[in-house]
Amino acid sequence: MISKQLSVFVENRKGRLEEVLNVLKENGINILSLSLADTTEYGLLRLIVNDCNKGKEALTKSGFSTLLSDILIIKISNISGSLDETLKVLSKNDISVEYMYGLSVDGTKASIVIKTNDILKTDGIFTANKIETIGIEEI
Amino acid sequence: MIWSKEETLSRKEIEEIQTARLIETVNRVYNNVPYYKKKMDDVGLKPEHIKSLKDLSKLPFVTKQDMRDTYPFGLFAVPKSQLVRIHASSGTTGKPTVVGYTKNDMKMWTEAVSRIACMGGATEKDVAQICFGYGMFTGALGLHYGLENIGATVVPSSTGNSEKQIMYMKDFETTLLVATPSYALRLAEVAQEMGIDPKKDLKVKIGLFGSEMLTDAMREEVHNFWGKDMMVTSNYGMSELLGPGVSGECTELCGMHINEDFFIPEIINSETGEVLPEGEKGELVVTCIKKEGIPLIRYRTKDITRLFYEPCKCGRTFARMENLSGRSDDMLKIRGVNVFPSQIEEVIFGFSELGPHYEIIIEREGFSDKLTVRVELLKNTDSFTELEALSKNVRARLKVMLGIDAKVMLESPNTLQRFEGKAKRIKDLRNVK
Repeated sequence: MISKQLSVFVENRKGRLEEVLNVLKENGINILSLSLADTTEYGLLRLIVNDCNKGKEALTKSGFSTLLSDILIIKISNISGSLDETLKVLSKNDISVEYMYGLSVDGTKASIVIKTNDILKTDGIFTANKIETIGIEEI
Repeated sequence: MIWSKEETLSRKEIEEIQTARLIETVNRVYNNVPYYKKKMDDVGLKPEHIKSLKDLSKLPFVTKQDMRDTYPFGLFAVPKSQLVRIHASSGTTGKPTVVGYTKNDMKMWTEAVSRIACMGGATEKDVAQICFGYGMFTGALGLHYGLENIGATVVPSSTGNSEKQIMYMKDFETTLLVATPSYALRLAEVAQEMGIDPKKDLKVKIGLFGSEMLTDAMREEVHNFWGKDMMVTSNYGMSELLGPGVSGECTELCGMHINEDFFIPEIINSETGEVLPEGEKGELVVTCIKKEGIPLIRYRTKDITRLFYEPCKCGRTFARMENLSGRSDDMLKIRGVNVFPSQIEEVIFGFSELGPHYEIIIEREGFSDKLTVRVELLKNTDSFTELEALSKNVRARLKVMLGIDAKVMLESPNTLQRFEGKAKRIKDLRNVK
């Protein structure tokens, strides 16, 4: 199941990240997970939120450059080696991972956000290999 | 439409008018302005030495410094009681420069601007919204009188409160916009934010732009926002000479016609002062030959352009000056290389991923200059690869254009400063402690 991620372009400037978070707060948007990657001049804040359309609209209105992109949230066993197994399936099928980040961990399961070069194909591969993907509302 | 018959006189007729008016003006300033008398006496020149246009180059130049040295009225050729209007420049870099107009000067100014408005396609049917700041600045009132004179409906909305400007534009069905090119872009941006598409929802079909250089790249950008069929022309002037009305582009878009019965243009090498032949690029020098209040002789404009004298397709015979390619004092020397901001602008406008606003910062790091260009990102992306590629491409294009390396900083949309008058996009921090 393909989910949406909200990405925001953030300059490396004091207080800039806080401005993004403030807009989300003002609009009652809840962040479920995030990843912040940066270069020396700017960063990309990638967010999984409860209402990505509303989040995008609010941030765009406040002058941020935003984008909704397709990602997959996989739920795998919380044991050593399970992520390795999952990625092997992808590389065997000639899929490359662009980035991923952790979402949540409970007793037996771990959820991970994953972005690949071909999300549609990846979704099919996961289904075929019985790797569980979940939607944002199931988190 | 051609406003007045003078615009189509033969070269011979134009030169006859210019010769007579030059001789008359030189006599008048010599007798009425002690500063000019001294300047001419210092080089052994008497009014009777000026007999033809060829003698013009014997006269000493006048610069902005002369105006400051004689602040406020030292270069005036009439008693103050004969003035009906005073304007002044902002004076950000020193004392303001003060200019004054007699009743006849006001008539001449109105006539000069009427011609320029018609060159740009204006008619009595137009609703002309003037988005220049009213006040001591000559731009707004100059265009105002000229446009009223040709019978257009003038909306003197001035600058500021851009939402209200758009509301007037929509409700009054404005067809002609007077603004700086950068404010025209800002207004389009504000309209879009209000859910109004300038191309479809507004009726603006003519842009009479001035007070800022209009590069080809900027014209293209204006078309992108306001529509392909908008007639975008540039006109030229400065308060020292008159205000707007010195020259303007006609709808053939092949340079700005100079009102040659009021002004004599020359092009000089700005380092040696030597007069250059037709077609060569250099600093524009202008002599006012129909002004009473403050008729400047051989005023150095610091604007860089070329002159062409062959008649234009539009039927006008007045000389044309090429759209400005820079100002001699705009030129930045960065690591010993001459850089014009317009070159940087051209590169930025070439990228559809970037917005039309930018800022140029020059700093000193150790013994070397560092050039940074801040631009706004229009493309939405979540890929570092794309962002890196974009900033690398912009940098590479700047390097080709300027010959020096620049740092490119991507910013969110709407973070850079917007301007209502002349844009100030350069921050030279090299001499700031």
